[in-house]
Amino acid sequence: MSASKITHVSGRAIILRGDDIDTDRIIPARFLKAITFEGLGDHVFEDDRLEAGRRIGGVHPFDAPAYQGAQLLFVNANFGCGSSREHAPQALMRWGIRAIVGQSFAEIFFGNSVMIGLPCLTAAPEDLAQLMDLAQSDPAAVFSVDVAGERVSGGSLDVSATIPASAKQSLVTGEWDATGLLLERYEEVTATAARLPYIAGF
Amino acid sequence: MAQTLFQKVWDLHAVRTLPNGQTQLYVGLHLVHEVTSPQAFDELRTRGWTVRAPERTFATVDHIVPTARQARPFLDLMAESMTSSLERNCRDHGIPLFDLPSGLQGIVHVIGPELGLTQPGMTICCGDSHTSTHGAFGALAFGIGTSQVRDVLASQCLAVMPPKVRRIDVRGTLGPGVYAKDVILTIIGRLGVKAGSGYAYEYAGDAIERMSMDERMTICNMSIEGGARVGYVNPDDTTFAYLENRRFAPAGDAFTRARDWWRSLASDPDATWDDVVTLDAASIGPTVTWGINPGQSVTVDGRLPAPGDVAPADRDGVAEALEFMGFAAGQPMAGTKIDVAFIGSCTNARLSDLREAAKVVAGHHVAPHVRALVVPGSQTVAKAAEHEGLDEIFRQAGFDWRGAGCSMCLAMNPDRLEGREVCASSSNRNFKGRQGSPTGRTLLMSPAMVAAAAIAGEVTDVRQVPVPEAVA
Repeated sequence: MSASKITHVSGRAIILRGDDIDTDRIIPARFLKAITFEGLGDHVFEDDRLEAGRRIGGVHPFDAPAYQGAQLLFVNANFGCGSSREHAPQALMRWGIRAIVGQSFAEIFFGNSVMIGLPCLTAAPEDLAQLMDLAQSDPAAVFSVDVAGERVSGGSLDVSATIPASAKQSLVTGEWDATGLLLERYEEVTATAARLPYIAGF
Repeated sequence: MAQTLFQKVWDLHAVRTLPNGQTQLYVGLHLVHEVTSPQAFDELRTRGWTVRAPERTFATVDHIVPTARQARPFLDLMAESMTSSLERNCRDHGIPLFDLPSGLQGIVHVIGPELGLTQPGMTICCGDSHTSTHGAFGALAFGIGTSQVRDVLASQCLAVMPPKVRRIDVRGTLGPGVYAKDVILTIIGRLGVKAGSGYAYEYAGDAIERMSMDERMTICNMSIEGGARVGYVNPDDTTFAYLENRRFAPAGDAFTRARDWWRSLASDPDATWDDVVTLDAASIGPTVTWGINPGQSVTVDGRLPAPGDVAPADRDGVAEALEFMGFAAGQPMAGTKIDVAFIGSCTNARLSDLREAAKVVAGHHVAPHVRALVVPGSQTVAKAAEHEGLDEIFRQAGFDWRGAGCSMCLAMNPDRLEGREVCASSSNRNFKGRQGSPTGRTLLMSPAMVAAAAIAGEVTDVRQVPVPEAVA
């Protein structure tokens, strides 16, 4: 299956402050009881949204009217830690998120995101704070994420936001769906396996 | 040239460098369960691909299995649907399935090792972040997402960047009442939950070398809670003794040859690590998490921190955790009232865990306000425990004795917290909502400490639980 090239994403941004937001919070385990990813977008951050809604005047960013339709997500450090469930980036994508900019990402979440064409870029804490402040003060502000150029701009801001070279190449060339590549030159796989004592036989 | 085990095993399995710089890594063992695989099998079908190496792929059902009433069809229709979907996928593709009737079903990270599927020098994948458990054998074991499950099913390969390697040396002797769980909780607490990102953790030092395979699995299991996708221990005589005579392990002369190869894979003494950290085993005490990530822990005789006590970057996290948990800064950890006691999970539901917990509960009874359950890690563990009479000890003490599965670690089955309940849990994650109630609260600790908390009805120092005369 050919995947599309992802070089730029632009749109309004939703912000989620706080480090170590885990994948159980992004999509609670009870929504993993399904044999497809369909409908996950409705349940993204379900319990956090309920918790926020119980506070007086409280509303979770994913429920705030001003952020509906946002395509970018700004987060802090170690976003997506915990469970390897791909349901987490799937739920974010199905809600409408097309790129994430954060201080850092948990490794498995980052990989899962790239594999479904959801770029995750890393910005310096002070730059991220400015991006978040702008998105908070002006939810209508439109930001542009340049995956190829590794920059994020919006309003008067234009900051560096990096992505590891391998992930960048996968996204900008449209080869983020790796299965096809892994099936190419399969004789090399066969040869590698044949050299392994536990495959060849002890 | 001197190398780490990581480098040796990685190099052996590296097929080629992909255009984006990732390594195409051959996968020696692929473990599959019902939650993260159905979408991957669907994509295989859509694209007209087959499972490349069904003989290197093994499945079980663990996450959604009810532990009380296991008759089919399951009362939970989605659980039934996911189970039958896995059964169909395994049948269609010729993948061995260790299901409930097999007598070998259990948590995927418990049955892989006990069947001898997990061996030193392998690359292992599973759509589950606790796949790092298998590193206890000197394998490189990666937790992967569903798209990568599809990759591995279709190609028996993984596209991945090599991490750096951090050796964590644990030196000296652990005190009484201090377990592998306390060691890994302490490592995570001291290094932080983000420190392992981009690293594989090599656990070494004489304290690790003296550990049983069960204990090493507990340590490697929670690598991911420290941010490291991969964790491992160098294989040694303890590893080989565990593997001998296991169902899928090499036998006879082949075992002898395998053992020589396995031994050669251990990190060379003069290898270079990207980072080395040392811990004094004697400084580790029984450890309990008080917050909403596994790094937020204190020793059982400690007090909860205030936001001002921690590094500036962690202050908001401490404040958020105290608020969610309803705890006050400075309050002692011991004496925290609990409602539920859960002994189970891929971290701590092996036979030795149940033995240690049973020693604590023998002759006592669970506090009247506590509901307590033991969920063995596998049917094999359950049978062995029953053979020793551990189930009776737990039952007499007021614990529920259940069938094998992931159960209340992540509450995808009927076992879950209600409302604001506080659970003393031998599992691995204390995230908000993790045990099934959005407002439920989890305190992670060793199985022996869970047992002690169940009896006292509150967090208590396992070293101070009196041993009844009848048992002593």
